[in-house]
Amino acid sequence: MSDAPSNAPKPPAAGRAGTKRELPERFKAYRHVWVVVECEHGVVHPVSLELLGEGRKLADKRGVDLAGVVLAGDSLTAAQTAAAAFEHGADLVYTVTAPILAHYRNETYTRAMTDLVNAHQPEILLLGATNLGRDLAGSVATTLQTGLTADCTELAIDDEGSLAATRPTFGGSLLCTILTLNYRPQMATVRPRVMAMPAREPGRWGRIIEHPLDFAEEDVVTKVLRFIADRESDKAQLAYADIVVAGGLGLRSAENFQLVRALAEVLGGDYGGSRPLVQKGWITADRQIGQTGKTIRPKLYIAAGISGAIQHRVGVEGADTIVAINTDPNAPIFDFAHLGVVADAIELLPALTRAFQAHLSVNRLAG
Amino acid sequence: MHIVVCMKQVPDSAQIRVHPVTNTIMRQGVPTIINPYDLFALEEALHLRDRLGGEVTVLTMGPPMAEESLRKALTFGADRAVLLTDRAFAGSDTLATSFALAAALNKIGQEFGEPPIVFTGKQTIDGDTAQVGPGIAKRLGLNQLTYVARIADLDPAAGTITVERRAEGGLQVLQTRLPVLITMLEGVNEIRRGSLDDAYRAARAQVVRWSAADAGITELARCGLKGSPTIVKKVFAPQGRAEKVRQVPTADRSADELAVDVIAAIFRTQPPLEDDLLRFAAGQ
Repeated sequence: MSDAPSNAPKPPAAGRAGTKRELPERFKAYRHVWVVVECEHGVVHPVSLELLGEGRKLADKRGVDLAGVVLAGDSLTAAQTAAAAFEHGADLVYTVTAPILAHYRNETYTRAMTDLVNAHQPEILLLGATNLGRDLAGSVATTLQTGLTADCTELAIDDEGSLAATRPTFGGSLLCTILTLNYRPQMATVRPRVMAMPAREPGRWGRIIEHPLDFAEEDVVTKVLRFIADRESDKAQLAYADIVVAGGLGLRSAENFQLVRALAEVLGGDYGGSRPLVQKGWITADRQIGQTGKTIRPKLYIAAGISGAIQHRVGVEGADTIVAINTDPNAPIFDFAHLGVVADAIELLPALTRAFQAHLSVNRLAG
Repeated sequence: MHIVVCMKQVPDSAQIRVHPVTNTIMRQGVPTIINPYDLFALEEALHLRDRLGGEVTVLTMGPPMAEESLRKALTFGADRAVLLTDRAFAGSDTLATSFALAAALNKIGQEFGEPPIVFTGKQTIDGDTAQVGPGIAKRLGLNQLTYVARIADLDPAAGTITVERRAEGGLQVLQTRLPVLITMLEGVNEIRRGSLDDAYRAARAQVVRWSAADAGITELARCGLKGSPTIVKKVFAPQGRAEKVRQVPTADRSADELAVDVIAAIFRTQPPLEDDLLRFAAGQ
């Protein structure tokens, strides 16, 4: 038998021992806040800019620099991405430019990132929780043997200068604040739209530090054979839509979901639904709004027949105006909606579609 | 071909309740399920085995009761189940979890044959981190293929695999060498109904049960709470909003009248929205 059982009962004291701050000597030189600025196919991902806004606050609180990290296939892409980073708050940008970084691959990006971290030693490293960011963050954290907190909804610096990363847990029923005390860098990912987009400061500029990559295509095992771009119509722009209409089980049937789409169309918005609708197959997974689906921050969010479980709430509470339609006056959605209507969504949705249509055409003629 | 699927038993999070006074999770009576994302990985593994021959081993780390999920996986048709269970693993974060699972995978390779493919789901529904799969890949030196929508080509003899991987704005077609770690995207297949034979077999099957020592782990300091760089500082319930919802009165209003009231209320709450909408309507 193993010797494990003798170690097994963990008195609370053992847990506390692990929570003591004793940053090893080798990590004491780690300084500054870094944000990985994601650029694929010539487009900087908005989540990276949102993170720069958040990283700026953390860097100011710590009294350190905010750096963007740009991994690019060519120098034009690197320069454009660096410019975007400066305009959104970065003091300096580290670039690694090499043709083998033109398309994301775990192998090459992990190598470039870990080299950069080991050379320049940041205390905090933030990435967007995109497919790229999550694929990369897990590998980098494991290689560096440091802590990584996924899908944070709030980032702060605690009284002793550590990154306090808050994230929903247990499907969003509770929030927990996680620290990485004795390892560096402290890593975290944040999903798109969770943080506000900082204002762009045109012409803002900073220092660029180029870092070499000692890695050739012959040494890379994984090859990108091609990229099959989504058809424009397939791309759900839900996360970045200004107006979103969504439905829940209160719609009672898949057919009634059409009412949600009709209203969204009149408003020039996008549509989505709560998690149970995905499970029932009424909508596809990329239309799911909530903790395990998309986070949205529209100007107007209309939730029809959605009860508003916490896991849904965390995905929508960044909306400027939340309108909730539900037959149950005690539904939790009325705890965080701005406007409430105790009514049957199946009747109110088509009425809203008609009324908006009328309002918009009358006022257009008047104007 | 030997394929291993890493799974997790999770609480059915939709049914989790928080104690209103103490703000703690009420675990009693919360049903547990196989992490739903893992079923896409399991089905893909079973499908490959049916096509190419070989065996599917399912592996989970968890408390003794996690055996239930493994037995369920056997009813779907998995050939062997391994439960990694030890109190030394309690309090593991994702780094400590991938350390333990990597050790168990090494042991599985020695005992039952090296797996050219290790599958996981894309993430769990309780942790939602998507970090354990990449952690395992890095530790074992497996080529990492996350968010795989389709295995386009697999040639075990040549040791190559081609997959379509979900990326921003499209699918990346990647070719790499075995062994690989694949995290399957959701919705790409549907878990089979297990056969009656599988159900009988699952009921009688012996689940392989390994402690940390059985899995060849000697560095207990890298397991559980001790091996976890992250610590949970506090757990708390989300705060309610101070500002109360404004209810649009519904008494004696028809749906059409109510709709007009709601629109007026929306524009009162956020006046610039009306201009935005009119601009949109004008552009139509």
